[in-house]
Amino acid sequence: MSYTSNGFTDIKFHEEIIFERSRSGRAAYSLPADDLTGAENLVPAELRRKEVDLPELSEIDVVRHYTRLSTYNFSIDHTFYPLGSCTMKYNPKINEKMARLSAFADLHPETPLDRAQGTLKMMFDLQHMLAEVSGFAEVSLNPAAGAHGEYTGLGVIRKYFEKKGDSKRKKIIIPDSAHGTNPASCAVNGFEAVVLESGPDGKICLDCLKGMLNDEVAAIMLTNPNTLGVFETDICAITKACHDAGALVYGDGANLNAILGVARPGDMGIDVMHFNLHKTFSTPHGGGGPGSGPVGVAKHLVEFLPNPVVRKNGDRYEFAILKDSMGRVRSFYGNVGIALRAYVYLLELGKEHIAEVAEHAVLNANYIKAKLKDIYNVKYPNDTLHETVFDDSKLPNHVTTMDVAKGLIDRGYHPPTVYFPLIVHGALMVEPTETESKETMDGFIDALKDIAEKAASDPQSILNAPTKTYIKRPDETLAARKPVLKYEK
Amino acid sequence: MMRYLPNTPAEVKEMLAAIGVGSVRDLFKCVPQNVLLKEPPALPKALSEMEIERHMAELGEKNTGAAMLSFLGGGCYRHYAPSLIDQMLIRSEFYTAYTPYQPEASQGTLRAIFEFQTMIANLFSMDVSNASMYDGATAAAEAVMMALRNDRKKRTRIVVASTLHPHYIQTLKTYLEGFTGEVVLMEFDQKTGRVADKELAKIDKDTVAVLFQYPNWFGVIEDIHAIAKAAKAVEAWLIPAVIETTALGILTAPGELGADIAVGEGQPLGIPLNYGGPGVGLFTTRNDHVRKMPGRLVGKTADREGKECFVLTLSAREQHIKREKATSNICSNQGLMALAASMYLATMGKEGLRKVALMNLKRKECLVTALTKTKAKLAFTGPTYNEIAILLPQKADAVVEKMAAEGILAGVPASRYYPALDNILITATTELHSCADAERFATTLAKVIGG
Repeated sequence: MSYTSNGFTDIKFHEEIIFERSRSGRAAYSLPADDLTGAENLVPAELRRKEVDLPELSEIDVVRHYTRLSTYNFSIDHTFYPLGSCTMKYNPKINEKMARLSAFADLHPETPLDRAQGTLKMMFDLQHMLAEVSGFAEVSLNPAAGAHGEYTGLGVIRKYFEKKGDSKRKKIIIPDSAHGTNPASCAVNGFEAVVLESGPDGKICLDCLKGMLNDEVAAIMLTNPNTLGVFETDICAITKACHDAGALVYGDGANLNAILGVARPGDMGIDVMHFNLHKTFSTPHGGGGPGSGPVGVAKHLVEFLPNPVVRKNGDRYEFAILKDSMGRVRSFYGNVGIALRAYVYLLELGKEHIAEVAEHAVLNANYIKAKLKDIYNVKYPNDTLHETVFDDSKLPNHVTTMDVAKGLIDRGYHPPTVYFPLIVHGALMVEPTETESKETMDGFIDALKDIAEKAASDPQSILNAPTKTYIKRPDETLAARKPVLKYEK
Repeated sequence: MMRYLPNTPAEVKEMLAAIGVGSVRDLFKCVPQNVLLKEPPALPKALSEMEIERHMAELGEKNTGAAMLSFLGGGCYRHYAPSLIDQMLIRSEFYTAYTPYQPEASQGTLRAIFEFQTMIANLFSMDVSNASMYDGATAAAEAVMMALRNDRKKRTRIVVASTLHPHYIQTLKTYLEGFTGEVVLMEFDQKTGRVADKELAKIDKDTVAVLFQYPNWFGVIEDIHAIAKAAKAVEAWLIPAVIETTALGILTAPGELGADIAVGEGQPLGIPLNYGGPGVGLFTTRNDHVRKMPGRLVGKTADREGKECFVLTLSAREQHIKREKATSNICSNQGLMALAASMYLATMGKEGLRKVALMNLKRKECLVTALTKTKAKLAFTGPTYNEIAILLPQKADAVVEKMAAEGILAGVPASRYYPALDNILITATTELHSCADAERFATTLAKVIGG
């Protein structure tokens, strides 16, 4: 079994909650020796607080604490992280270095525009490059993450119908394979999410969709390729049917990596789409964020983009305020520091390599599928692009998807996305991305084969997994029943 | 070979054989021919690492404002950031990890978020904090939506201090487009720079929530007890926002005011300016509202062997379970920035944070004293922390231009958001400014405005 070469042994240091390290009188900060006697009287007594409960540590305490915590994490830089729909590709180091340049990191958002032209040019050029790879007329970098981009894009749609004086269109059609953020973003926008059942092949059933379209439907919100990794082959007919019925088409850009540089959503008739820079464009996920979720729109929706937009006026880059904008969606101008990383990534890919992203992502996913489809069931046998969804239906002895996930952890791999999409019972959604090598995937394939074998010959060893990690399986019910959400002495 | 793509041509061949297709392009047969690109999108020519470094350095030279002596604040503040923060933050185990959905492989992130929740709850003197929001503005909007959704009397009037950061007011109005709710602004007193006393009467029995910021956008600390009292009298949700969060090293905390929800911006806590993002949105509330909160929460539990551990919890509130009935659509938050803020608070500790707050007060006093030698004066009489509104004898935006020519970013002209306040300049000093910097500011200002 070649996976053992990827296995791991480690010394683990036990680390308490940081407050436990606190010793009265310690300090980790270094501040000038100002005389602060009486300084508190600069604030009226009734506006002053009681002491803040924070730990007292020396510098080495803080450094050791966080260094040790870091050793309890899996990360892309450790190991293969094939989370479906999350596009956990390698995060280039040059991106991090450039984002830390003082000229960008120390620039204040209220700096007079003539003294911030470097960042504004970067934003403008990134907007343009994103528009170019997606086929949209203009892109806004304002949204802070994917769901925020969905919120913003649906706001654009809301404003479009508002301006047309069409107040009847309050419904958004969403396939049952969609991400949970899609219906939630509809709700925050005051739209009603209506579920479209997937066809027998896991795709959108065109006739079913046509049957649902009427003058109350504002848009369909779809992901293409969908969350099964299956390309909606009828996409052009779908967008045409929607447009004919007066509705718009929202594209969830979560799976853009499947077609990056090969095909463009704008060319398929999609009207609005959000990008996930922390997926497709290599910016780090940061253990949960910050992301960046720019929104691209077709020409007829440009005037509704969120304010402000970066435009070029002669040789000068500046902010424009659109009078029919869907509004401001956050403070300042987006997660600019994240956008910069995506910009650097696109500079390095360039025209020469952009198409290789999707090509290798799709090749890698199909390789894993070919090697495992006889062992792990694939419910929908269609051709797939950048990801593939297996399930646990072929596994014996009641070994489930969750057990497979935990077994993978013991073998040194981060598990795939599990139990999603909801239309596949016991789903294991694998997305390798283009940045992984064949031998990495071979190790992963062997590990999954080994788990399937053990499920038959020694199921307990899988049900007990993981055994090599800092903690064993946690009691999640206890956590929810009696929530402890902060440290108390 | 491109360095982010490891497959060699020989390996590609092997893999294609295993799949049973002749070429990589065969794998795209499911994409309609008419939308397949004939040639790649028109991006610029690919650059090597050294070319990128050179390009970025040249681009950076156009950001002349980044290296100037700056007194810019207005919602984004430059503070001392201990070196250890970035050294720890750049550990791959943190920044290249995903959301901690697999607790056995994510205890580092989960523990750090639990500590973040604790430190932020303590900083705000609230019962509970979530794992972060996008920024202060969206946190404030989500707080109002939470009040609207859960108000027992189904009230819809939202009373907002006009001294709240303009971006926050605009963001709230955008979010309310999808809700039933009307914003009523409480105007400020031209003399104090605080919400005018008589405006508190706008907080009436139909009021669902009261949202205000302290120190406010002018830098003035509101009469927080009076606002709290007015909100409590009608049982409206009291929602204070603190954007300059280092102020909580000395100022009354939202929890001490009896806040129902308190929000804020964590950027001042050790996070670079980043041209306004990423920072980190802070969201706290009381224990009885925990299940109505937006965003992720980490809770303590035990593993199979009884060992203390941490997991994402109460996720039945969230979009991936509840879909359209979720408390919010938020998924990714600002995790790594939350980690930075935690590291800042752990490094400063209770003494360090208080010292920073006191230093901010003193450095601002240096500026106020230095200004007495100029024709400028304080625009308002209300108490301040580290930011002041300066009344100039001429238009603030022109003064800003002239000061910039002298190498100083003097502040934010209030007219950028309120055209009528064209002689007011909002200027921030933090512990990074020496009194000599304040002197230079005043001397240059005197030169620019005359006298």
